[in-house]
Amino acid sequence: MPDTLSLSQSQPQQHAFNPYTENGGTILAIAGADFSVIAGDTRQSEGYNIQTRYAPKVFRLTDKAVLAVNGFAADGNMFVKKVRQRLEWYRHAHAKDMPIRAIARLIQTMLYSRRFFPYYVYNILGGIEEDGTGAVYSFDPVGSYEREACRAAGAAQSLVQPFLDNQIYFKNQTPAPGTSFPRHLPLSTVLSLVIDSFTSATERHIEVGDGLEIYVVLAKNSPSIQGLRDVRGVSELTSTDDGERVFVVRRELKKD
Amino acid sequence: MDHFPTNWGRPRNDAYDAYGTFPLPHRPNNDTKDAFASGVQRTQQPIVTGTSVLALKYKDGIMMAADNLASYGSLARFKDVQRLHPVGKYTVIGAGGDISDFQYIQKFLEELIIEEFTSQDGHDLGPAEIHEYLSQVMYARRSKLNPLWNSLLVGGFKDGKSFLAYVDLLGTTYSASTLATGFGAYLAQPILRKEVEGKETELTEDEAIRIMETCIRVLYYRDARSIDKYQLATITADGVKISDSRHISTSWSFAEGIRGYGAQTQ
Repeated sequence: MPDTLSLSQSQPQQHAFNPYTENGGTILAIAGADFSVIAGDTRQSEGYNIQTRYAPKVFRLTDKAVLAVNGFAADGNMFVKKVRQRLEWYRHAHAKDMPIRAIARLIQTMLYSRRFFPYYVYNILGGIEEDGTGAVYSFDPVGSYEREACRAAGAAQSLVQPFLDNQIYFKNQTPAPGTSFPRHLPLSTVLSLVIDSFTSATERHIEVGDGLEIYVVLAKNSPSIQGLRDVRGVSELTSTDDGERVFVVRRELKKD
Repeated sequence: MDHFPTNWGRPRNDAYDAYGTFPLPHRPNNDTKDAFASGVQRTQQPIVTGTSVLALKYKDGIMMAADNLASYGSLARFKDVQRLHPVGKYTVIGAGGDISDFQYIQKFLEELIIEEFTSQDGHDLGPAEIHEYLSQVMYARRSKLNPLWNSLLVGGFKDGKSFLAYVDLLGTTYSASTLATGFGAYLAQPILRKEVEGKETELTEDEAIRIMETCIRVLYYRDARSIDKYQLATITADGVKISDSRHISTSWSFAEGIRGYGAQTQ
């Protein structure tokens, strides 16, 4: 057997540069019957330092797809930039916006193409499927993905996801005799759950806080628009007349 | 050709090493080696370094401050180094971290500005463009595992709008109304936030100078890699101004009263 020890010792001892860091924060998305809600806090931190109180983690890609990125902020921003570039090329080639299930597969191949130097980013993609249903796709940093009804990721994932499992999937709850749990919740309930998730995560996790951005994507002619009109801090971001509509709700979170 | 079948990859052939007696970490390391690999120099640690840079938004634009020290480890090696650098007509960058990497950044930004100037297309680079360019360079270099070892603040004022943002050796970027790098993030940022947040459109230049002096003084008292000589830059509608070196006043009379260590008998 070759002398492997002496081989490894003959290399000069070097202190490796670490190309990654963690920038905190939390993201979350919930799919409804004909809408999708994608939210993230706006704090960016490193260690115990708050770098800024406003660094968006949720991005409108098209009028039917919104992407939330969480993890290493520099990788996240670069990844969103590259996804947007691919979507623009698609638009030029096909004169329409890429459908969300295609965006999901695109994201998986883009992440996996960096399998051996990954984007250190957890992605959650929310929006409206071509059949008009609300969709949430969640990814790990190297591209494994699945379509789900709800997902939390980031610093406070371990605080928020169990709450969502209980309130969205009704885990560990039993329906009253003769009744059953609803398959999908109405938009007003979902918005309340999102806001409560983030106020609670802000209370118990130091890396969560400052501001909250909630994106709402509505399917064509969705009746959910009624309740959204009088929500405090809402503004519309729709840019095409395809029918799907995008809104953002901005709220303050505690800054301590 | 790699003559060690165990290095050929999975699936493992049972004809060789059937019982996995050759665990991965102990396999012979006979990769093709670049004969000059040890001759390639990458920045693995900063050598001559600058400490904090501070910046804030005020009524007229952006104010930035940095002291004049370039340290060699704990040695105060160069005491008259300018760490605030004008780029084009609307922008100042301030650097902490490796000074030679900063000088390289100054060089390629100068080349960029000249190239943009010679095109004479009626456009010129503002602070937002310079920050975007810098962050792409910093991120590309970190992705090659050959970073430019700096924390940079980019401040500017163009078309009636002020701009202030950060970028570092990892390519991390962010923007806020007050920014501080290095030790300043711990010692100066709390003061800056208290004095500036919510008052960005009211603070006068004199008030901004007073806030900066306070922060520089606090840093000089507690950051052992700082010095009491610093410069201020303002970027406003009137353009870029970088002051001559200034001296920060300090008071050490309180030291007389300190008891408990040292040679005093009482």
